[in-house]
Amino acid sequence: MTLQSAIQKVKTQYPETRSAILPALRLAQEQYGWLSREAFEEVAEALELTPAYCMSVASFYDMFHLEPVGEHMVEVCTNVCCGLVNAQAVLEAFERELGIEPGETTADGEVTLRAVECLGGCSTPTIVAVDHRYRESVKPEDVPSIVQELRS
Amino acid sequence: MTTIGAEQPVVVLDGAVEQPLTDLASYRAIGGYAQVEKARSLSPQEVTEQLIQSNLRGRGGAFFPTGRKASFIPTPDKIAKPIYLTVNADESEPGTFKDREIMRRVPHRLIEGCLIAAHAIQSKSVFIYIRGEYSAEYAVLRGALDQANDAGLLREVSIVIHRGAGAYICGEETGLLESLEGKRGQPRSKPPFPAISGLYASPTLINNVETIATVPKVLELGPDEFSQIGAPPDSTGTRVFCLSGNVVRPGAYEAPHGITTRHLIYDIGGGIADGRELKAVMVGGSSFPVMTPADIDTKLDANALGQKGLFIGSGVVTAIDDRTCIVQFALRVAQFYMHESCGKCTPCRVGTRWLVQILRAVENGAATENDLEVLLDVCDRIIGKCLCVLGDSAAMPVASCVTKFRDEFRAHLEHGGCPFGDDSTLAHLFAPVDQHHLAPVAQEAPV
Repeated sequence: MTLQSAIQKVKTQYPETRSAILPALRLAQEQYGWLSREAFEEVAEALELTPAYCMSVASFYDMFHLEPVGEHMVEVCTNVCCGLVNAQAVLEAFERELGIEPGETTADGEVTLRAVECLGGCSTPTIVAVDHRYRESVKPEDVPSIVQELRS
Repeated sequence: MTTIGAEQPVVVLDGAVEQPLTDLASYRAIGGYAQVEKARSLSPQEVTEQLIQSNLRGRGGAFFPTGRKASFIPTPDKIAKPIYLTVNADESEPGTFKDREIMRRVPHRLIEGCLIAAHAIQSKSVFIYIRGEYSAEYAVLRGALDQANDAGLLREVSIVIHRGAGAYICGEETGLLESLEGKRGQPRSKPPFPAISGLYASPTLINNVETIATVPKVLELGPDEFSQIGAPPDSTGTRVFCLSGNVVRPGAYEAPHGITTRHLIYDIGGGIADGRELKAVMVGGSSFPVMTPADIDTKLDANALGQKGLFIGSGVVTAIDDRTCIVQFALRVAQFYMHESCGKCTPCRVGTRWLVQILRAVENGAATENDLEVLLDVCDRIIGKCLCVLGDSAAMPVASCVTKFRDEFRAHLEHGGCPFGDDSTLAHLFAPVDQHHLAPVAQEAPV
């Protein structure tokens, strides 16, 4: 299914077209990896909105990427519940293993590392979302194998 | 995997404590969808009346009486607009993971609750606004909804699962509505309240996942029996408590309102991990004042907590042990709210920033005694002065840390920095608000 037809399909679920903007932006991001000017133009066209409006909405939400990101996304929860049981060490292990800081992407464009707010997995800390799938109870010693998995 | 436990009587997680109950046949085998049949044989007013009698209250944090809220929705003969039911599944309160467990363990109970509530307010259109990060839970809920739909259980009601995209503020009911309308999720000024002018300016009932998932059991047990569970008359029924932090057995534990924090942490949770001492408890979520160990025999019911200036919130109990610097805790909480402030109103947008700046100065030893007063003054100028409760949610925990742990704040001033050095469990905890841009370090696009 093309992006346009996928957006047209999702539109039918809502009484008003504009409500489809989050699913439409999600579809565009799934296709392109991030939301470029061209992606905004496509979404705007499909929803009869302006690219500027679509950008203003996208910029409000943490999951939309307004600049290129890596092929893979590693998101480490660093809110208090994970922090109480040493999320710092997990984040630092990823920093070491990837050679980047939170909020950066490796030079080969493979992996983006982010620190994120509470992911809702507080009883199995540290929660790490790897390509949007939760890994529970991650320890610093688990990090090299996770990174290796992503790089292979 | 999350540890799941329950103390009798089990309501929300009934049948799903041992293992998830995600398929329709299994849910029906334990009496699932019988209550929506019963509800449909009653008038909408009769269903609402049962909810009122049960004194079921909102599990999202505000604890508002569910039946009364439903009764505010005008009947279709009074208003020529569609009536909407919106389920708040945008669970993002730090420390909260109960809605996630409910959706992945008993999705059909949530769907059945939606159908009963829709009948009560005569709505034909339901939106479940699920947190964007909850991919696995979305898939489970989607699968359950398809099964229910294929089995003809929805009748004339449509249920749409709408995925968020990462914004804590969309858990605020009017922020959620704005987001669902395809806008930035900035809360609206109230009144008008959503019951009159909600989604698309139409009457809208908004309830939390756990609240709606409790509704089938209210009908099954009957309002009288349900209202005897827990700590009647005001805190009826059970909660799926979210136990986390420095405890031996963190998990999601369903128990009646009125158990004590001590019982939850020490008996159910196995006590404080690593042989440490309890220092503070984050009760209700990070949005509320912290509890000190002196109050842990307080019952987890809204009135008992209220007498101590505490809140039941979304059922969070996070144990914080004696290795934790409370200034670092307050700072990290303030950083969260600064990051999540939508920026619409000034006390919150500016105030959360000031809280972070002052707390950072205290932590680094650059503050004076007067700064502690300024900190409390800023909190005072936020609380009750914002469009929504996000500002209060930053100020209340911070103010409680300063007042309840003033000696520790003073120790930072006297010591010229953190007396814990690097030994606090929260030392060097990174906050996303300090994050860089995401482009590759070589500044080249990956494609």
